[in-house]
Amino acid sequence: MEFSELIRTGQAQAELLRGPEMPPLRGTLCVTGHHLLLSPGPQATPDLWLLLLRSVDSIEKRVAGDAGTITLRCKDLRVLQLDIEGVEATLDIARSIEALSSLESVITSFPFFYRPKGLRLGEAWHFHPPERYYKRIARETRAWRLSEANEDFSLCPSYPRAVIVPRAVDDDALARSARFRQGGRFPVLSYYHAPRGTVLLRSSQPLTGRQKLRCAEDEELLRAVLAEARPGARGFIVDTRSAQAAKQARMTGGGTEAKAAYPGWKRLHRPLERGRPLQESFVRLMEACGDPEQSMDRWLSRLDGCRWLSHVKEALSTACLAAQGMEWEGACILVHGAEGTDSTLLVTSLAQLILDPLSRTMAGFQELIEREWIQAGHPFQLRCAHSAFSHTRPKHEAPIFLLFLDCVWQLGRQFPLSLEFGEGMLLALFDHSYASPFGTFLCNSEKERCLCEVRTRTHSLWSGLNQPKEQRKLRNPLYVPNPLAIWPSVEPQSLRLWQGLFLRWTHPPEPSEVAWEKVWQIATDQKTEGSQPTDSASEPQP
Amino acid sequence: MEHIRTTKVEQVKLLDRFSTSNKSLTGTLYLTATHLLFIDSHQKETWILHHHIALVEKLALTTSGCQCIRSDPVIQCKNFRTVHFIVPRERDCHDIYNSLLQLSKQAKYEDLYAFSYNPKQNDSERLRGWQLVALAEEYKRMGVPNSNWQLSDANRDYKICETYPRELYVPRIASKPIIVGSSKFRSKGRFPVLSYYHQNKEAAICRCSQPLSGFSARCLEDEHLLQAISKANPANRYMYVMDTRPRHRMQSWWATQKDIGRIIVRISSKIWNDEKIRESDGKKRLNAMANRAAGKGYENEDNYSNIRFQFVGIENIHVMRSSLQKLLEVNGTKGLSVSDFYSGLENAGWLRHIKAVMDAAIFLAKAIMVENASVLVHCSDGWDRTSQVCSLGSLLLDPYYRTIRGFMVLIEKDWISFGHKYSERCGHLDGDPKEVSPVFTQFLECVWHLTEQFPQGFEFNEAFLLQIHEHIHSCQFGNFIGNCQKEREELKLKEKTYSLWPFLLDDQEKYFNPLYSSTSQKLAALEPNTVSFNFKFWRNMYHQFDGTLHPRQSVFNIIMNMNEQNKQLQKDVKDLESQIKQHKNKQTDGVLTKELLNSVRPESPALKTSLCLKEQTLLPVNDALRTIEGSNPADNRYSEYADEFSKAEPAVVSSEYGVARMTC
Repeated sequence: MEFSELIRTGQAQAELLRGPEMPPLRGTLCVTGHHLLLSPGPQATPDLWLLLLRSVDSIEKRVAGDAGTITLRCKDLRVLQLDIEGVEATLDIARSIEALSSLESVITSFPFFYRPKGLRLGEAWHFHPPERYYKRIARETRAWRLSEANEDFSLCPSYPRAVIVPRAVDDDALARSARFRQGGRFPVLSYYHAPRGTVLLRSSQPLTGRQKLRCAEDEELLRAVLAEARPGARGFIVDTRSAQAAKQARMTGGGTEAKAAYPGWKRLHRPLERGRPLQESFVRLMEACGDPEQSMDRWLSRLDGCRWLSHVKEALSTACLAAQGMEWEGACILVHGAEGTDSTLLVTSLAQLILDPLSRTMAGFQELIEREWIQAGHPFQLRCAHSAFSHTRPKHEAPIFLLFLDCVWQLGRQFPLSLEFGEGMLLALFDHSYASPFGTFLCNSEKERCLCEVRTRTHSLWSGLNQPKEQRKLRNPLYVPNPLAIWPSVEPQSLRLWQGLFLRWTHPPEPSEVAWEKVWQIATDQKTEGSQPTDSASEPQP
Repeated sequence: MEHIRTTKVEQVKLLDRFSTSNKSLTGTLYLTATHLLFIDSHQKETWILHHHIALVEKLALTTSGCQCIRSDPVIQCKNFRTVHFIVPRERDCHDIYNSLLQLSKQAKYEDLYAFSYNPKQNDSERLRGWQLVALAEEYKRMGVPNSNWQLSDANRDYKICETYPRELYVPRIASKPIIVGSSKFRSKGRFPVLSYYHQNKEAAICRCSQPLSGFSARCLEDEHLLQAISKANPANRYMYVMDTRPRHRMQSWWATQKDIGRIIVRISSKIWNDEKIRESDGKKRLNAMANRAAGKGYENEDNYSNIRFQFVGIENIHVMRSSLQKLLEVNGTKGLSVSDFYSGLENAGWLRHIKAVMDAAIFLAKAIMVENASVLVHCSDGWDRTSQVCSLGSLLLDPYYRTIRGFMVLIEKDWISFGHKYSERCGHLDGDPKEVSPVFTQFLECVWHLTEQFPQGFEFNEAFLLQIHEHIHSCQFGNFIGNCQKEREELKLKEKTYSLWPFLLDDQEKYFNPLYSSTSQKLAALEPNTVSFNFKFWRNMYHQFDGTLHPRQSVFNIIMNMNEQNKQLQKDVKDLESQIKQHKNKQTDGVLTKELLNSVRPESPALKTSLCLKEQTLLPVNDALRTIEGSNPADNRYSEYADEFSKAEPAVVSSEYGVARMTC
C-alpha cells in the first residue's frame, strides 16, 4: 500500500501550541507516511518537531475564516493544537492524519522502517529471552522442565515456543490439558520463589462448562506441582473474578476448578476489574484531569467516581495476597481469570516484584515485562489500540498494562530505594506500549510476532532504552539493593494519584524536575567522589 | 498528684487501630504526673503527654472471654495519635479513665507541663533561649523604621489594645490621636498595623480587625490611618483591603442577629431615609442591611478613597473545627475503601479550606509583587484568618521565612506576638470547646503543600513542621502558652518556662531539607499553583503514628546520608592534597611525587568504604520518619488472609471491607 494515496496535502503553514508552559512553534507543517513534522523557518531554531502519527488518539478540526485549527489528543495523554493557514489545507491535513493514524496493518507500521543510528538490527532481541530464566529454574529445582510442545504454537497460540512445566507431566498430557483450558493456556510456571521453594503458576479458566467436565491430565498437572514442591504442600487458586462471575462463566463453556477434582488446592476469589469498565475508568479519570479550573469538591468527587485508585488498590492487594501465600504459607499459587492474558498477568508480575529482588533491578524488570507480558501473550495491539481520548467505541481496549505500571509506581513511592528504575522508565513503557518506533510491543502474541518477522525487521525497545544516554532519565539514583520482600500498604491513605503520568502535560512539573536533578547530582557526586583524590591531586604537578 | 488513682497496671493490651488481625502488644501501663507510659514486652516505650490527650472515650466492648460488657479507654490525641488499651480489670480501667479525664484537662496555667519541665539549663541559658528570636531585629531586617514607617509607642502599656504586642509599627504620618481614634473604631481595639514590609517594592502587609461601623458610622481617624498606609507606599496610590471572610457567611451572620435593637442603633441614616425600606417591615429592613453589609464589606467604600476591597472566602473557626472532625472520622475508619476515603475527604471539605487559605495568601503576594500595592488584611478579630493570610503571604514573598530560623521568626511575629489565641485554640486548659479550632494546623498544612510544590524552596523538611505541631499542644515549652503577649508577661513565662526554639535549633540536622537551594533566583518569590490536583491528603500529619500506612523507606534520610558522605569525602580530598603538598615541599624531586601519587591511589577505595560505614552509623535512621525496611505484611490489610490460609472453613464468600474472603 502506498502512503501517498492517503496524504492529501504535502505541507502547510502552521503554528503549534503545546500547552501553557511551552512556547508556540511556527513553521511549515508536513505529513509523511508515519510522522507529522513541523519545520521552523530558517531564521528560527533549527530543531524539527516530530510526532509519530500512530500516537494520535483523536483528532478534532475547526475552521473559521481562512484558517483552521486541529486539536490532536495523543495516546501519551498530550493535547496539541495546530493553527493552520487555509481552510482546504486544514481539512486535508486533518483527513490525512485521521487516515494514517488508524492504519491497522502491522508490517507497514513505523517500527519496520525505523533504523536509528548506533543500533544494529536484531541485536537486543536476545537481551531477555525467557528461556534463559526457565532453564535456570529447571536446573535449580529438577522438578520442572522446559517443554517444546508449543514449538509450532499448536497447543496454545498465545504462549511462546518454550514453556516450563512439571517434569512429571509429558507433552501429551500438556496437549490434553491445553484443550481443557480457554485458548489452550494450560498452567505454566510464572515464578519460582527459591527462599520457600514455592511456585507461582498462571493459566486461563478451565472449560468445565455446564456439564462440569473434568480433565484428568489437567488435574494431574496441578497435583504434580504440589507433589514436587514439598510433601504435603498446599496450593491456592486465585481466581481474579468474583465467585458469581466464575459460576456464570460455566454457561458459556468456561468455569472454575471444582473443589473435589483438585485435592490440596483451595480457591480464592478476588474480583479485579478488566475490559471495558477499566477503560471507562481511565477515560473518566482523564476527563477529570483535563479540567484545571474545577473546584476542590468537584475534583475529589470525580477522582472518587472514576474508581481508578480502587482498581490500583485491588490489584496491589491481590498481588500481595498471592505473594503472601508463597512467602508466609509456603503454598503454591495458581492465578487465572477468564482468558488469563490480562488481570492474571497483572497479579503474577506484581507478586514477583514484591518478592523477587532481581525483578526490581533494571535488567530484571525488563526481563519481567518481556516474560510476563510480551511473551505471556498480553494482547498489546488490541488493548492499546486507543488510549483515553478516543471517540470510537472501545472494543478490546483496556489499560491493564497501565494499571500494572501505576501499581509499580505506588511500590516505588513506598519503597523509594528499592527499585533500580525510576518514574521515567515507567513513563517510557507507557508511551511505547501505546505508540512506539520500536517493535517490542507490536502484535498480540509471540505467534503473530513470528509471522510478521518482528524480531528480524524491527528494533527492540530494550536496545533503545539501554543506551547510555537514556540512563539518567530512566534510573533511580537512590537505588540500594534490598534483598527483602517489599510489602506495600494498600490503605487508601497510602495510595496516591500518579500525577507524573495523568497530569504530565497539564501540570508544570518544573520545580520537582529541578529537585530531581539535584538528587541525581548528590547521588552521582557520591559515586564519583572516591576516584576524585587522584584526579585533583595530579593537577598541582610542576 | 491527687488525680492519679492508680499508677501502674499490668497485662494491658495496646491495639493498633489499623492492624487488622487484632494482634496487640501486651505490657504495663504507668501513669505519671505528666505522661502516660506504656512499656510493651519488647521494652519499647510509648510516651503520651497528658496535654496531648484530646479525648478519652470508654468504648463498650464485648470480650470473648467472659461475655460481659466492659469499657476500655480509647485515647485520641491532639497530634492525631489514637490509642486503644484493653485493661483486664474493670476497676483499673475505671481508675485510668477517670485519672486521664482529670489529667488531660487542667484548670490553671500553672499546672501545665511547661511550668514543671526542667531541661537542666541555668537562668542565663534560659534567657538566651528566649532572646533567640527577637522581633525588633526582624523589623530592622525588613527595613523599618524608615522614612515612611515608624515605631509607635502608643501601645507601650497595652492601653490601646490588650491583644497586640507593645511594639507596633505604623505609618510615620499617623499621629497618636489618629491611632487611638482608629482603635476605638476597630473590634478589640486592633487597629491597622504593619505586619510585613517589602523593602524592594516599598509595599506593606498590614493587619487589623473588623471595623465596628455597622453600616454608616464613619470614623475619620480610621480613614486617615488607611490613607496614611497607602501614602506610605510611594510606588502605588491605591491599596487593597482584604476581608478574609466569605460573603455569604456575613450575610447569614446579620440574618441571625437576634439583638435587633442593637443593630437598629447602627443603622445608617442613608438607609433609614430610604423610602422603600422605611415602608417595609422590620424583617425586610434587616435583610436589606445584611445585603448592604455583605455587598460592601464592613468599611463603607464611599468613605475610603483609593482603596480596593477584596473578599476571600475563608470559613470561620467553627466550620474549620467540624471539618477537621469529619476528616478524622473518615481516617479513623478501619477497613476504609478508596471510594469512602475520597467521598469522606470531599464531605469534610478540609482540602477546600486549605485551598481557600492558600488562594488568599497568593492574592496578597501578587498584589505586592505585581501591583506594588500595600494590603490591609482583616477578618473578624484579626487573630485567626488574618494571621494565616499574613504569615503565608510573607512566606511566599520572602525567602528568609523559608529558612529554619526565619520560620521561627515568622511564627513569633504573625502568630504569637499578634495574639493568636493559642491556649484557647489548642484547648490547653479546660475551657470553652467552641473556642478550639485547628487554625494553626491549617497554616502548617499550607506550608507543607508549598514544600511539596517547591521541593527546593524550603530549608526545613516535614519533620520540622510536625515537631512544631507537636509542641503547640504539648505545653512543654512556654512559647505557645497563653493567648496574647500581655497574658504571657503576666504569667512570667520567660522566667518560669523555656523557649522551644533553641531546642529545635540544637536538633536542626534532623530538620534540614537536603535539596534546599538558597541561591536560586526562581525561588525568591514563590508562585504556587492552586489547581485542585495539587492538594493532597497530608498522611504524615494525620497518620503520624500509624506506621503501617507510611512509606517503607525514606528518601530524605538517604539523601542526607549521601550529603554527609560527600562532605566527608571532600574533606578527605583536601587532607590528602595538603599531605601531598607537604611531601612535595620535603622532596624536590618530581619523580618521587609520582610514586607518592601511585601510592595514594590504591588506598582511596578502601578509605571510601570504611567512611561510608562510619557515616551511616553516625546518622542513624531517623525515627520520626519511621523507616520500615521490608515491613511486615501482618501490619497490612491483606494479612487478614493469613489466618484464613490456615483455617479449613466451609465454602463461604463473605465480603468484608470491600474485599472477598477466601473460599475453600
